[in-house]
Amino acid sequence: MNVELRPVKTEAEQALSAAYAAARATLPGKGDVAKLREDAFRRFETRGLPHRRVEEWKYTDLRALLRTAYPLAPAPDAAAHARVRNAGGILSGVDRRRLVFVDGVFAPELSDLTEEEGLTIGSLAEALTKADPLAMARVGKTFVTEDVAVALNTALMGDGAVIRVAAGVALRRPIHLIFAASNDRPSASYVRSLIVIEKGAHATIVESYEGASSQINSALELIVGDDARVDTIKIASGRALQMASLLATVGARAIFNSFAFAADAELVRTQSFIRFAGEDTKAAVRGVSLLRGRDHVDNTLLIEHAAPHCQSREQFRAVLDGDSRSVFQGKIVVQPHAQKTDAKMLTRALLLSETAEADNKPELEIFADDVVCGHGATAGALDPGLKFYLMSRGISEKESEALLIEAFIDETIEEIAHEGIRDALKFAALKWLGVRS
Amino acid sequence: MLEIKNLHAEVEGKKILNGLTLTVNKGQVAAIMGPNGSGKSTLAYVLAGKPGYEVTEGEVLLDGQNILELSPDGRAAKGVFLAFQYPVEVPGVATMTFLRTALNAQRKTRGEGELSTPEFMKLVRDTSTKLGVSQEHLRRAVNVGFSGGEKKRNEILQMAILQPRLAVLDETDSGLDIDALQIVAEGVNRLRSPERSMIVITHYQRLLNFIVPDVVHVLAKGQVVKTGGKELALELEAKGYAQFVGEAA
Repeated sequence: MNVELRPVKTEAEQALSAAYAAARATLPGKGDVAKLREDAFRRFETRGLPHRRVEEWKYTDLRALLRTAYPLAPAPDAAAHARVRNAGGILSGVDRRRLVFVDGVFAPELSDLTEEEGLTIGSLAEALTKADPLAMARVGKTFVTEDVAVALNTALMGDGAVIRVAAGVALRRPIHLIFAASNDRPSASYVRSLIVIEKGAHATIVESYEGASSQINSALELIVGDDARVDTIKIASGRALQMASLLATVGARAIFNSFAFAADAELVRTQSFIRFAGEDTKAAVRGVSLLRGRDHVDNTLLIEHAAPHCQSREQFRAVLDGDSRSVFQGKIVVQPHAQKTDAKMLTRALLLSETAEADNKPELEIFADDVVCGHGATAGALDPGLKFYLMSRGISEKESEALLIEAFIDETIEEIAHEGIRDALKFAALKWLGVRS
Repeated sequence: MLEIKNLHAEVEGKKILNGLTLTVNKGQVAAIMGPNGSGKSTLAYVLAGKPGYEVTEGEVLLDGQNILELSPDGRAAKGVFLAFQYPVEVPGVATMTFLRTALNAQRKTRGEGELSTPEFMKLVRDTSTKLGVSQEHLRRAVNVGFSGGEKKRNEILQMAILQPRLAVLDETDSGLDIDALQIVAEGVNRLRSPERSMIVITHYQRLLNFIVPDVVHVLAKGQVVKTGGKELALELEAKGYAQFVGEAA
C-alpha cells in the first residue's frame, strides 16, 4: 500500500482548513460549483502548502513563507471603500476603464460601468450564485492544473470579474482591474476572474494589486479566441503576499502579449499557465521585477505549445538590491504535433548588491522534432567598463548607474504596446530608481 | 597646460608606468608613440581615471590642478576627454540621450546652466553633419551595432560636443580603413585650438600624416625615452622601436 506521509499540518494550513470549513456554506455557488470547491480543497488537504521539495515551488517555499494565514476579509464597508479611493493610481494618466475590487469584493460604485458595445461586465459572485451559463461552462476548465495555489483559489474564490468581449469588437480603452486591500486589519482574499475575448476581438487588460498587510490569491481565466489580439499587464506593489495565477488558452492566429511588473512588492508569486491551442499564434510573455530590501518576486511560467506554427517569446528581467530574491522558472512544453514551434526564452538579472539572489531556471520539454527553441539566462552586476565609459564623459557615478539600470529595464518595458501604460511603468521604474539608496 | 610629473602606475600589481614625465602645452598636439606594452594605453586610462589603474607616485596637473584626486566624471568636467581605443556598446541608451546627459552633467558640475533643447539640437545637428554621423545613428543606442569606423566617429562626435581642454586619443586609427581615417582625422583637426591640448596615442606613423603633431614623444617601458618633432615619427617608421627598448632604465 502506498501511503503519502505528510508532516503535521502547519499553523497556516490549519487556519486555511478552518477558514474553508467556516466559509463553505456561504461562498457563492451551489451544486457543480460547490463540488468544484470540494475537489479543489481536497487537493490542498492532500498536498498541503507547496514547499521547496515541490519542483515548481522550489525557490518560493510557501510553507515556510506563509507562517500565518490571515482570516478571510469581511465584506468591505464604506470606510474600506474610502480608504482605497486612490487605488490604481499608477495608471492615473491613462484613459482606462477602472473596475475596483476592495478586499476581493467587486465595488460597482467605485467602478466605471459605462456601457460599451460588445462588452459585458459582471461579478463572479453573482455569476456563481445565479449559475450563469458562461461562468458555469468555463470556470475551472480553462487550464487544468494540480497547482495548490490555484486549488486554494478555486476552493475559496469569493468574487472577481466576469468579462466578455464580443466577436470582432475592439475595446476603446484598456480595462483596469484594481485589487486593493483596504488595510484595516490583516486579511486574505481569493479572487477569481473570467475573461472571454471572442474571435477577432481586441482588448487590453490590466490587473493591479496593491495594499499592505494582506494576502491575496488571485486567478484569472483568460480565453483568447481565434484571430483575437489581447494584451495583459499585471502590476504588483505593496507590503503584502500576492499570488496570482494566469490560466490562459489562446486560439489560432491570435496575438497575445502578457507583461508582469513588480516594484516594491514584498512577496509576489506570478504563475502563468498558457496553452497555445490554435495554429499561427504569436505570443510574448514578459516581465520586469524591481526588488530591494527583502522583497521576493517569483515569475513561474508553464507555456504549452499544443498547436503547430506558433511563436512565443519569453523575456524577463529583474533588478535586485539589498537582500532581495528574484525567481524565474520558465518551462516550455512542445507537444508532439506542435511542429514548427518557434520559442525563445531569455531571462536576465542585474544584481546591485552582493547579498541579493537571482534564481533562474529555464526548461524545455520538446516532443516534436521540427522546432526552433532556445533559452538563455544571465545574472551579474553592472558592467564596470560601461560605468567607466559613462563617467569618463562627465556623468556622475550615481547617474551612470541609474542610466544603465533604466536602460536595462526599458528594453523590456519598451515592448508594451499601449503607449500610456508603457510610459506609466517607465515612470514607476524611474521612481523606484530614485528612491534607491 | 598638462604637466605629468614622475608618474608611476600599476595594473593588477604590475608596474606599467615608471616615472613618466611629460608636458603638453596649451594648443599643442603631442603624439605618443611606442611599442606594444610600453604603457601608452595605460597612460590614457590613468589620465581618465579608470578603476584598477593605480597611481603609486607622481602627479598630473591640468592647469595647475592635480586631476588624480578627481573621479572620472570630475576630470571630465575639468576638461579631460578620452577617445577610447575600443568604444563600448551601451545597450538601451540612445546616443542623443547620452550626449545630452553628459554635456549637461559637465555643465552642472562647472556651475553652468543646462543647454536648452533647441540649442542642444542645433549643436548636435551641426556637429554630426560635419562628421557624417546620421540622425539614425543618433537615435540608436550608443555604439550598439556600429561598425569600427562608426564607433570612432562617435567618439570624435562626443569630443566635439563636449569641447574638452585636454583630449586624449587612444589608438584612434586602429581598425579604420583609409576613408574612415580621413574623416576621423578631419574631425580631430577641426578641434585643434589654441585653448586645447591633445595627446594622440598611436603605434603607427600613418595617423600622423593626417593629424600632424607639434611634437612626438617615444614611450618605452613606461617612460618617455625620446622627444622630437614630427620627423621623429618618420624615423621610427623606418627604423622601428628596437633602438629605444634597450635604453629605458
